[in-house]
Amino acid sequence: MKWGVLIFPGTWSHQDFAHVFQDVLKVDWDYIWHKETSVAGYDCLFLPGGFAHGDYLRCGAIARFSPVMDAVIRFAREGGPVMGSCNGFQILCEAGLLPGALLRNTSLQYRCRWVHIRTERCDTPFTRAARPGQVLKIPISHGEGRYFAPPETLARLRRNGQIVFRYSTPDGQITDAANPNGALENIAGVCNEGRNVLGLMPHPERASEALLGSEDGRLLFESVLTAALRR
Amino acid sequence: MFEARIHVTLKKSVLDPQGDTVRSGLASLGFQGVSDCRIGKFMVLRLDERDMARAKAQVDEMCRKLLANPVIEDYVFQITEAAE
Repeated sequence: MKWGVLIFPGTWSHQDFAHVFQDVLKVDWDYIWHKETSVAGYDCLFLPGGFAHGDYLRCGAIARFSPVMDAVIRFAREGGPVMGSCNGFQILCEAGLLPGALLRNTSLQYRCRWVHIRTERCDTPFTRAARPGQVLKIPISHGEGRYFAPPETLARLRRNGQIVFRYSTPDGQITDAANPNGALENIAGVCNEGRNVLGLMPHPERASEALLGSEDGRLLFESVLTAALRR
Repeated sequence: MFEARIHVTLKKSVLDPQGDTVRSGLASLGFQGVSDCRIGKFMVLRLDERDMARAKAQVDEMCRKLLANPVIEDYVFQITEAAE
């Protein structure tokens, strides 16, 4: 199994992913530059955080047109597991692989701190190793993470069980105080209808070693390792 | 040659905290009559196009495909003749 870490001009979390894959999980991985036109040979793709293409116009709006994105979209449509965190989540929304959009935090402030997220669904390749309702401590670092979707889309997400993570208190209560950015219904992460594409604002790659304050993020990657992927 | 002037704003249903902050800034300056403020983007494009209908169709497609995100934003534009 080989994992790919995408790099756009302005991506900045790719080395954090690489460190976790190389030194913590010891999996086979490689970087994929945004000019590539194929993702053949990869079994799972990760879109890290940062400011791809400067986030000009809107976060993720220009990255969607990078040559590699056609290959990523094909990979996702064929059921390949794809995870985007932070800016990667924004890119996946702009590319139409995930519903909704991410807006300026209600506070208008960049928020860089630990949050707790409650696992709402364990039936994705990235949450299979979690217990239903398990609360994970993972940091956020963003200025534009307020999840928004129109009411009819939100209703569909609820109906299909596509809301994967919600911001919560450490004991799993969904409260306004636990919501760091004003996201609708405390949504921190969603998946597509096929359940193989996940986007979340928190950074699991920054919470994969006890030394860094939490190992909870590693659970998302370990899920992929244990998942019986239908590929 | 045409010039397109495009305004992109957050949809009415989308909270605009930046607009709200500017409105309260105006209120504290004494401008009490501002009931709403929405912040958006303004873009000016020059188009090498001779036909007005085609220019309009092109700009509309640009807005739908890139310049605005239909999930969260609305757009309006005006097109005028520009000097060569």
